[in-house]
Amino acid sequence: MSTAAAPPQPLSAGSRERLTSAVIRFCGDSGDGMQVTGSQFTNTAALFGNDLATFPDFPAEIRAPQGTLPGVSGFQVNFSSTQVFTPGDSVDVLVAMNPAALKTNLADLKTGGILIVNSDSFAEVDFKKAKVTSNPLEDGSLAGYRVFPVDLLKLTKAAVKDVGLDTKSVDRSKNFFALGMCYWLFGRSMDGTLRWIDTKFKGQVAEANTLTLRAGYAYCEATEAYQTAAYEVPPAKLKPGTYRNLSGNNALAMGLVAASERSGLPLFLGSYPITPASDILHELSMYKDFGVVTFQAEDEIAAVAAAIGASYGGCLATTTTSGPGMALKMEAIGLAISVELPLVVCDIQRGGPSTGLPTKTEQADLFQALFGRNSEAPLPVLAPQTPGDCFWIAVEASRIALKYMTPVIILSDGYLANGAEPWRVPAPEDLPSFPTTFRTDPEGFKPFLRNPDTLARPWAVPGTPGLEHRIGGLEKQDVTGNINYEPANHDKMVRLRAAKVAGIVQDVPDVVPAGDSEGDLLIIGWGSTYGSITAALHSLRAKGHKVGHVHIRHLNPLPGNLGETMKRYKKVLIPEMNLGQLAFILRSIYLVDAISYSKVEGKPFKQAEIEKKALEVIQ
Amino acid sequence: MNASVPLTRKDFQTDQEVRWCPGCGDYAILAAVQSVFPELGVPKEKFAVVSGIGCSSRFPYYMNTFGFHTIHGRAPAVATGLKVARPDLEVWVATGDGDSLSIGGNHTIHMIRRNVGLKVLLFNNKIYGLTKGQYSPTSEVGKKAKSTPFGSVDRPFSPLALALGAGATFVARSVDVFQAHLKTTLKRVASHKGTAFTEILQNCNIFNDGAWDAIADKDVRDDHVLYLEHGKPLIFGKAKDKGIRRNGFDMEVVTIGAEGVAEGDLLVHDERHPSPAYAFTLASMDSRPGFPTPLGVLRATDAPAYETLVNAQVQQVIAKKGKGDLGKLLRGPETWEVR
Repeated sequence: MSTAAAPPQPLSAGSRERLTSAVIRFCGDSGDGMQVTGSQFTNTAALFGNDLATFPDFPAEIRAPQGTLPGVSGFQVNFSSTQVFTPGDSVDVLVAMNPAALKTNLADLKTGGILIVNSDSFAEVDFKKAKVTSNPLEDGSLAGYRVFPVDLLKLTKAAVKDVGLDTKSVDRSKNFFALGMCYWLFGRSMDGTLRWIDTKFKGQVAEANTLTLRAGYAYCEATEAYQTAAYEVPPAKLKPGTYRNLSGNNALAMGLVAASERSGLPLFLGSYPITPASDILHELSMYKDFGVVTFQAEDEIAAVAAAIGASYGGCLATTTTSGPGMALKMEAIGLAISVELPLVVCDIQRGGPSTGLPTKTEQADLFQALFGRNSEAPLPVLAPQTPGDCFWIAVEASRIALKYMTPVIILSDGYLANGAEPWRVPAPEDLPSFPTTFRTDPEGFKPFLRNPDTLARPWAVPGTPGLEHRIGGLEKQDVTGNINYEPANHDKMVRLRAAKVAGIVQDVPDVVPAGDSEGDLLIIGWGSTYGSITAALHSLRAKGHKVGHVHIRHLNPLPGNLGETMKRYKKVLIPEMNLGQLAFILRSIYLVDAISYSKVEGKPFKQAEIEKKALEVIQ
Repeated sequence: MNASVPLTRKDFQTDQEVRWCPGCGDYAILAAVQSVFPELGVPKEKFAVVSGIGCSSRFPYYMNTFGFHTIHGRAPAVATGLKVARPDLEVWVATGDGDSLSIGGNHTIHMIRRNVGLKVLLFNNKIYGLTKGQYSPTSEVGKKAKSTPFGSVDRPFSPLALALGAGATFVARSVDVFQAHLKTTLKRVASHKGTAFTEILQNCNIFNDGAWDAIADKDVRDDHVLYLEHGKPLIFGKAKDKGIRRNGFDMEVVTIGAEGVAEGDLLVHDERHPSPAYAFTLASMDSRPGFPTPLGVLRATDAPAYETLVNAQVQQVIAKKGKGDLGKLLRGPETWEVR
């Protein structure tokens, strides 16, 4: 790799203003490379030792018309020297690549915050595309911010003039200039990104990106105006251990591989591409060295059906999808419930109904997961609470599926799936171990003779001599599994299937509230609201309120002590990115006057929103 | 489970009461399969029979093998997952015209496109039986049925033509009551690597009785049936005097001896014909006036089975990269230490 000049040195220690934490948002056209820029900044912050949380926010269109409002793509990262729970309610540094990005994101920039704008994209034609009537750089609308206009394209062109790239490719490098600037602002090393450029790009493009990144860094260093904008955010004091940066979808994929290794069963994934779940398919398709088989099916139904076939054959089987795909899979999930085969169904929720908001987050599939099938068809439902927790939930869901011979639904969401956080890497031997064996003894074998402790039926896979038997979606006689339509038998089987799932509560840990264990208010959440609620909890308690927080990872069956825990508080508040689905369920089961707090904007809750609502409820 | 004792038909019968209507063609198919399975040299536990929904799909319950009665139309998908996960198994799929060509049409064509090593028996009775008599995707135009009191207006599928269009490597056709022919066909099905797609003309004596009389009825069938044999000329008719001759891109029916037509002028059956168009013309022949219905193996070509390719790729990656190391996977590309 060519290195045109010696790397500029960071400011000497002490000359930078020290911050506890900072929030940067990169925003631009969906073709401007904002996701890459944000991910690189994140990885660098993670390697530096900051705690962090990210929020990638991008449009459903791959390339909406350039420079327009619907085409704006953003990536926000909150990095800190203390523990971080959310990507941040508002941003300290906003990098806006065009007027459309500025217009849609400016409201989130703190007063006095740093605004870096690509002034090359602030011409009349750009204003028209962004439906802006006057030049924001000149009309005084940015008066409350520290504005740094930069001719990103011109500077990038200058930086790569000797490389011989075409105009379009030069244009594509300009995000690295902005990234280089941000590295300088926060005194970060460029090494990680330089290494990444070397592996990701080849030849002239790699050279251009390298030169541009360095040029952005050097530009800030050499420009006097930026000397007042030099900061440092020291490393966080995390629990000792080995850490990596991890997104929710990658964590989920790894969790499934880990479950395969720890159960001793080969992993089979049946999947059909759908946003925001496809990354799990991509990821698992790379793990063939772990014996993972990925089957990209012809549709959502075939994906789950093939997984059921693989489960019948003795695999740890899984299918991954999002809300609309879940709807298509439901009949087959009912089959898996009826024949009692293990299956892990991953629903990475997105905005709905129907196609809805494919790239935006929501947690409105809870009812679908719990009740979306014909007849009485209960199954366990689990929800991860952070990106890294997707790993642990995948392991736990697999363990429950195999132990109880049942399909299990994991409810992740777009925010967890694409968000990332530092993740403490476990040693493989510290992971739960659940070696799984099949029935082999023909003596006394009955396909539906249940284990008295778990009510699970035996797993007798084809190929086992003497265990030939038939299963199917028709009602089965208790114990024998033969077709049976007798009224009393059906009633018994319906109750047995329900009792089996209800009995999983023995594997569900009791909840232990964070914060106060009794008091004025209990905030109950599930899924990706964990970060915002936790941040709000800290703030409320710091203000002297007696508040607890319970985050439910097992949505069915619910933790055994949830009912009594709720009674220890005067009020119960349930923030959800839906119209109150968990609140509906808890009110129904526990006759508790829980207050639902809903937000369905395709965006996660802000800490301040939950805090405000909590204060309202307390007073 | 003494391997040295040869299996018999009885080994494949279950203790379950068979619940098809008396006189249903399915009984004959069940009998043929139960008598062929013991002759295949496969241990009983290695058979898995997978079905969807419909009269035909009750089939697994009556076979004393591993069996899975799944949901409507999805048998090919479930069976694909099973076969990919367990290539050691002999996976048979029992399905019907509604199950495989209507609700499960998508899975059927993709199973065939991938050439998954599944033995597919499509019981074609040209009617919905289990839902009590609605027209099906193979019913003839004008079919008067429960849901079409004034006759159906939609055009039917030819199951084998559809399969060939999807790239089938093996298609065959037989008839429920032609036991000898059916058994011979089933043995061919059993030996094919890849999707062996078989249409079995089956009589529903309750809702569509006599649908195949022109082919099954002793008095007339010889004039309507063309028995295919690889390497043999296409000859049919009671007097063995009719044949199929090539005519441009098409085929025509000719009479041997008339207008100077000799046996040598006829097409010779080639299961392995390089062009699927040959088998396609055979497959769709029965819908044309004056043409016979070909029975037997229309096409049998070699192509790698899907499950073989999938599992070979996994093995190739393991051979190249070594067996996956979970610790390495968990650590990912970059880590840092917090002390």
